[in-house]
Amino acid sequence: MDKIYYLPTHEYVKVDGEYGYVGISEYAAKQLGAVTYVDMPEEGEELTAGEEFGAVESRKAASDLYSPVSGEVVEINEELVDNPKLINNDPLNAWIVKVKINDFAELDGLMDTAAYTAFCEKEH
Amino acid sequence: MNKNLYSPLIFELSHKGRTGYALPEYGKGEIGLPASLMRAEEPKLPEVDEPTVVRHYTNSSNNNFGVDTGFYPLGSCTMKYNPKVNEAMVSRAGVSALHPAQPAATVQGALRIYRTLEKYLAEIGGMAEFTLNPFAGAHGEYTGLRIIRAYHMSRADEARRKVIVPDSAHGTNPASAAMAGFEIVEVKSLPDGTVDMDDLQSKLDETVAAMMMTNPNTAGMFEHNIPQIAEAVHAAGALMYYDGANLNPMLGIARPGDMGFDVMHINLHKTFSTPHGGGGPGAGPVGVRKGLEKFLPNPHVIEKADGTLDVEFGEDALGRVSAWLGNFTVYIKALAYILSLGADGIAKVGPLSTLNANYIMNSLKDLYLLPIPGPCKHEFVFDGLIDKSTGVTTLNIAKALLDYGFHAPTIYFPLLFHESLMIEPTETENLETLDKFVKVMRDIAETAVSEPEKIKNAPYTTPISHPDEDEAALNPIVKYADLQ
Amino acid sequence: MATHRYLPHTDDDIRVMLDRCGAKDFDDLYSDVPQSLRLKKPYALPEAMSEPELDRFFAGIAVENHEMACFAGGGFYHHYTPAVIPALLSRSEFYTAYTPYQPEISQGTLQYIFEYQSMMCELTGMDVSNASMYDGATATAEAMIMAVNAAKKKRRVLISATVAPAVAQVCSTYASSLGIILEVIPEDGGVTSETELKEMLGAGDVAGVIVASPNYYGIVEDYTGFADMCHERKALFIMNCHASALGVLRSPGEWDADIACGEAQSLGMPLNYGGPGLGYLCCRKALMRKLPGRIVGATKDAAGQRSFVLTLQAREQHIRRQKATSNICSNQGIMTLHASIYLSLMGAKGLRRVNEIGYNGAHSLAKSLVETGKVKLANPDKPFLNEFRIETVAPLSADTFLDALAAHGILGGITLSDNEIIIAVTEMCTPAEIDRYVSIIKGM
Repeated sequence: MDKIYYLPTHEYVKVDGEYGYVGISEYAAKQLGAVTYVDMPEEGEELTAGEEFGAVESRKAASDLYSPVSGEVVEINEELVDNPKLINNDPLNAWIVKVKINDFAELDGLMDTAAYTAFCEKEH
Repeated sequence: MNKNLYSPLIFELSHKGRTGYALPEYGKGEIGLPASLMRAEEPKLPEVDEPTVVRHYTNSSNNNFGVDTGFYPLGSCTMKYNPKVNEAMVSRAGVSALHPAQPAATVQGALRIYRTLEKYLAEIGGMAEFTLNPFAGAHGEYTGLRIIRAYHMSRADEARRKVIVPDSAHGTNPASAAMAGFEIVEVKSLPDGTVDMDDLQSKLDETVAAMMMTNPNTAGMFEHNIPQIAEAVHAAGALMYYDGANLNPMLGIARPGDMGFDVMHINLHKTFSTPHGGGGPGAGPVGVRKGLEKFLPNPHVIEKADGTLDVEFGEDALGRVSAWLGNFTVYIKALAYILSLGADGIAKVGPLSTLNANYIMNSLKDLYLLPIPGPCKHEFVFDGLIDKSTGVTTLNIAKALLDYGFHAPTIYFPLLFHESLMIEPTETENLETLDKFVKVMRDIAETAVSEPEKIKNAPYTTPISHPDEDEAALNPIVKYADLQ
Repeated sequence: MATHRYLPHTDDDIRVMLDRCGAKDFDDLYSDVPQSLRLKKPYALPEAMSEPELDRFFAGIAVENHEMACFAGGGFYHHYTPAVIPALLSRSEFYTAYTPYQPEISQGTLQYIFEYQSMMCELTGMDVSNASMYDGATATAEAMIMAVNAAKKKRRVLISATVAPAVAQVCSTYASSLGIILEVIPEDGGVTSETELKEMLGAGDVAGVIVASPNYYGIVEDYTGFADMCHERKALFIMNCHASALGVLRSPGEWDADIACGEAQSLGMPLNYGGPGLGYLCCRKALMRKLPGRIVGATKDAAGQRSFVLTLQAREQHIRRQKATSNICSNQGIMTLHASIYLSLMGAKGLRRVNEIGYNGAHSLAKSLVETGKVKLANPDKPFLNEFRIETVAPLSADTFLDALAAHGILGGITLSDNEIIIAVTEMCTPAEIDRYVSIIKGM
């Protein structure tokens, strides 16, 4: 099973070998409402853990995206260009960028699923 | 407003060969420019006769709601009556055919309008001098912040790159600060909506350039700690910026300059009755206290020793924020308003706007949740209905009001509350109108309990209902050609 | 009795209302305003004027304003305003409305903005237009910012020396606060130097290039190859154009520009001593999310009727706050209605006629002036539409030239230097005025 880690800003990274798939959590997708646009970086861009790399917009809200890990963007999810609502339908599979993870130690500072679920309950 | 949607676009009324213009016969002959510099094909503009144009826009205006149509309690927008004489004075003042590059001697009247309004605003704001050039409130904010930056730079105090903004501020405040090159530091509000002094103190240091505030704030509360705030900000070497969006209730009561503000802007289209025009043109004059005049943007209108007026470009100015002297006709309207009310009338505007707001607040607070107990100033915020069990939201209430012939209040702002419903009646509404509004708001609150679905599905009588805004954002259709 | 016609409160009303608020007087409502801050004395403002007095006041102002036969341009042009426009603009359902945030009762406003956007896209050849910027100068500054935002890491923008100085100065103001490096592309014989541009683009660090058409001197520049040169270096090509001239000149779309911006006052808006005009800003679809300001979109309502709404609002300050594409909130609003009505009445044919009259008048004036021997064309080999630059022949100076005309009620043009003037001709300049202009100069 993939290992999933979360940031307090509700981005997840799903680890698969040396790569990480970054997206937003179900909780965040629900808060935002119907997603109408995803502002994605370009392939080849270097992301830094904790720094902004794009944004997710709904009709009347916008949320910046922060990267849970550092590394190069090797792929962006082109499906989201035409169908951003995938993020609402199935957030954990509607990843936004695929990143080649530079430093696996960064994952230690993130929440696992149990910790994140508890975090959301507290925030609510 | 009844349900009489008139919907064709002017393009859909086009008929090949029709025209709507009458131009002189002189100046005939082909344009002799090389073909490579000319359009390959004509722009696809409508071809319509004059009566068609007139009916089209007249019918389309019937699908619109203005202050002249009905009560417009839109919080923070100050939708007061737009006096008709103001409009008439624009043609009376003889400026319509004046080119902005005309010699000063031929435009002394226009310059006198500018200079007179500038002086009156300085008196009302408690400032030393104003520029009228900025086109709108946000443009005024940008200009004011650039003045502050220029001031710090003139003292070689370059490290001041932060602007403090309360979390209750209008979106333009942080956006203008960002555009002016500042980093934004948010200061928290206390439960009563006013600035948290401890939080403010902890954020003040030698990197802060300014503190931006509205007073009263967006919750309609007067920042009673303002002398202490100004003192702390000034002690840290920063300046105080007054966002004039909420100046209306202060007319006749207190002046921003006396509260300790160094730079301010005024929205002429709010406090000084010039029309909002469906979004503009507005005007955002900026005032400064003594010592900051030289940083005002170019061009300036100056008074010469012989009493005549001239347009000048100063060397210390922050630069230019507009090509000419701004939205000139708006100044004529604001000046006509000030002269119509006079010193005494202007001083009554503040108290009466506050009375109207408090009257509505006290007439509804048993049904709507009042998070900050009164007295408010010109506006106040409800956090939705007290009875939340029905699931009726602020959005539903706003839409239901439309069926009763009222414009909706400002909703979901300020961000301090989840269900913000922000009401600003202004001083130009009479008691009967306020009573009608109160009755409707009470009816809505009662219906929310007895028939919640009825409120949730409103509006019923408007030309359109429940437009699909998600679809509009997902697949943007932004011009006629996209519709085809 | 109520105290003023705008303030309806009678003493009885006030009593009833204060009672409802549990207040004994107005002071109770202002108990939170410290006494030390209170207004100490009445405002030093005049006493209220009645309507007749107000009318006399402004009539007195009007006496000090002197209309001149206008041969000045420089970005603001004296064109005819069809009578239909002020009549329709004075419908208060339009002008007393706020921003159309409630689409159910704002279809009138939303529809004319949609029509405006459509017409501006036709004129510019672009895919998207916003609902206006303040003026041509701020629109160009916003175009510059768009280029930098789109490029992400590049902060250098080039602006041609032939762009109007006021526009360049406003761009420079905004550039300086945002850390944008704005550099001037030198001119060569009145047009943007292609060789200099090529060299400046060389390093590949330029986000955008701004040029004008017609340029400040009235010259219609040939931008063949410019867009390609920019795009090869991943820079956006931005064109600042007078809206009226776009009725006949090759459009920014046809020049393969990425952003079109400028002043639309030339669409029959009164001069009004410089404002309100109308800044327009249009772009390619790929840049739509970077476009600042309001945008109206079409959609359907629950009953399937076509409806218009403000859309893509997540770019704007009221949602995005400091991360917004711009701080703009109020724009030029009803001036977009002015533009829509004007373009509807004129159509493509009328717009062409306006440009024809300007072209023919300007060329006839230029020819006659040169024939006087008092002046020569600054750029005799360059094509122009309705505006051109002259050089006075010594000892005649630009000031003397313009003063002589001003003495006869003619605004002869705009001074560029001691001996240079730019002169514009529109359909408002009659053949008789043109003749008078020439004969005054001939007689000097």
